[in-house]
Amino acid sequence: MKIHEYQGKELFRKFGMATPRGFACFSVDEAVEAAKKLGGSVWVVKAQIHAGGRGKGGGVKVAQSIEEVREKAKQILGMQLVTHQTGPGGQKVRRLLVEEGADIKKELYVGMVVDRVTQRVALMASSEGGMDIEEVAAKTPEKIHKVFIDPGKGLLDKEASDVAGKIGIPEAARPQAVKMLQGLYKCFDETDASLAEINPLILTGDGRVVALDSKLNFDDNALFRHPDIVAMRDLDEEDALEIEASKYDLSYISLDGNIGCLVNGAGLAMATMDTIKLYGAEPANFLDVGGGATAEKVTAAFKIMLSNPKVKAILVNIFGGIMKCDTIAAGVVAAAREVKLGVPLVVRMRGTNEDLGKQILKDSGLPIISVDNMAQAGEKVVAAVKGK
Amino acid sequence: MSILIDKNTRVMTQGITGKTGQFHTKMGKEYANGRNCYVAGVNPKKAGESYEGIPIYGTVAEAKKQTGANVSVIYVPPPFAAAAIDEAIEADLDLVICITEGIPVRDLIRTKYKMQGKRTLLVGPNCPGVITPDEIKIGIMPGHIHKKGPIGVVSRSGTLTYEAVGQLMDLNLGQSSCVGIGGDPVNGLKHIDVLKMFNDDPQTEAVIMVGEIGGSDEENAAQWVKANMKKPVVGFIAGVTAPPGKRMGHAGAIISGGKGTAQEKLAVMESCGIKVTKNPAEMGKLLKSVLK
Repeated sequence: MKIHEYQGKELFRKFGMATPRGFACFSVDEAVEAAKKLGGSVWVVKAQIHAGGRGKGGGVKVAQSIEEVREKAKQILGMQLVTHQTGPGGQKVRRLLVEEGADIKKELYVGMVVDRVTQRVALMASSEGGMDIEEVAAKTPEKIHKVFIDPGKGLLDKEASDVAGKIGIPEAARPQAVKMLQGLYKCFDETDASLAEINPLILTGDGRVVALDSKLNFDDNALFRHPDIVAMRDLDEEDALEIEASKYDLSYISLDGNIGCLVNGAGLAMATMDTIKLYGAEPANFLDVGGGATAEKVTAAFKIMLSNPKVKAILVNIFGGIMKCDTIAAGVVAAAREVKLGVPLVVRMRGTNEDLGKQILKDSGLPIISVDNMAQAGEKVVAAVKGK
Repeated sequence: MSILIDKNTRVMTQGITGKTGQFHTKMGKEYANGRNCYVAGVNPKKAGESYEGIPIYGTVAEAKKQTGANVSVIYVPPPFAAAAIDEAIEADLDLVICITEGIPVRDLIRTKYKMQGKRTLLVGPNCPGVITPDEIKIGIMPGHIHKKGPIGVVSRSGTLTYEAVGQLMDLNLGQSSCVGIGGDPVNGLKHIDVLKMFNDDPQTEAVIMVGEIGGSDEENAAQWVKANMKKPVVGFIAGVTAPPGKRMGHAGAIISGGKGTAQEKLAVMESCGIKVTKNPAEMGKLLKSVLK
């Protein structure tokens, strides 16, 4: 689960990390009020969407007067913000963060992720802040410094201070940097985060270390113990079909192609998508119905796939283990009838009660194309969308 | 021979009183065909009771002491599953197979930390389990699709493993053992660990390694294969079509920072002498082509 920058900064402050003062705003008037409350002479108006790259897309503006705050807020609020992470359609801006301006002397980068090799949380820091950090990692990996944090000891003073030195934080500001980095680890650990980034972390003209941005993602599997974080969820930022799917415990992700696929198991689902591509078409979605699919679940899955207007054919690929093929076949037939399926349907079933399942498909009288293996499945479904 | 488990393995089920634990313990017991493989269950509140004739103990240590069980399988719900693994490690079992899906990563980081210096092996979590065909099945895989033979199977996913086994069976190739290592980013045995075991197992003549996008486990395994493996290995990586930044069902299956793509993994595997296919329908055929 993702949250907005302003929510991330609220969490940062709880963990003793320095951020600029600011307020979340849902209207232009609120933005003006926020600027007045903050005082000063420079403000920053920032679009709050979950995608990154907001600045480049025109979603972050500096204002030098209250009038200008009003003007910028008007421009940004409601705009379709397009960034490299939103896709060409962009994302509508519904919330703003109005902050006091910062005197930036130096921009740095700090991030945290779970490192699979060491099986620990990794702190990554770089002197190259404010930029696309993936590009820094690819071109100049020596500029990214890493600490693999001992889960028993946490981030040690010395480790934090060393990293701060390596990314160019002067001696005098080191204690602040240590507090910031240790705060970030504590925040990451205690909230069950899966990703935390401060880009940029800044050094101000008067020598302060401040988190100018925040990005936090959380481990979906741990949300059960964080009702406060679940309360921050913003459904406007999520794909409507993915939300609908999650209600039925289906794992669904929208993609750009035109073949809907319904599969049991994440690995087999990816392999099925790959097969579609191999035979010359593109999948419209990833959809894992999981281990315990019922007729209701399959029907819901069909409805979700078909609400994507791009879908021109559907491929069902099931390896029946504990889940029996006849159960799935009955579900597929019921679903196809209920949604009055108008696109070609290719079904491949294997495993427990395979023959019973195939018989149910055949007896249904529906124009289902039944195949025996994944190669045939790919071939037939691609031929179907290409009208062959 | 086989790896990890065989007909002499004695298993306890942690989470034997839940629906899933009961169902799969029963299936496992049936698969063992009268052999006494499933000897204990664990539930702190139901000590003294039994299920299908299997006695239930309050702790793992007690179950081990009373029955000699050296392996545990875990079906405990996600919030408590890591503590169940910890308990099995504390009791110094040989092997823990954790089936539970959806355990918070933070819990697993702590569990892995506690495992340092311990001898207990962990398979999973979020995995189908391990099967040594015609001897013993520990986990949720359908037993009837397997048969004994010379092929080792190691995989990060569940149904895709069954798919690989199904293709092997179409070519009349049985399996020595099939190990599902699971789809989580922090887990127990990795591909490399299982490949080492297959390398040392006299029954195994060739190995099929099924991977997924995300991480670098397949690459690490491939480097080891290049330097050490005496038997042919073939591979497939799921997720050529997966877009970056989107988690594909498994917590570990995500391309992040441009790393962990299927293309990259396939290229490294190929350069290390592993025959690979981009077509998941041809895993079995590819394996057959490398058999002597």
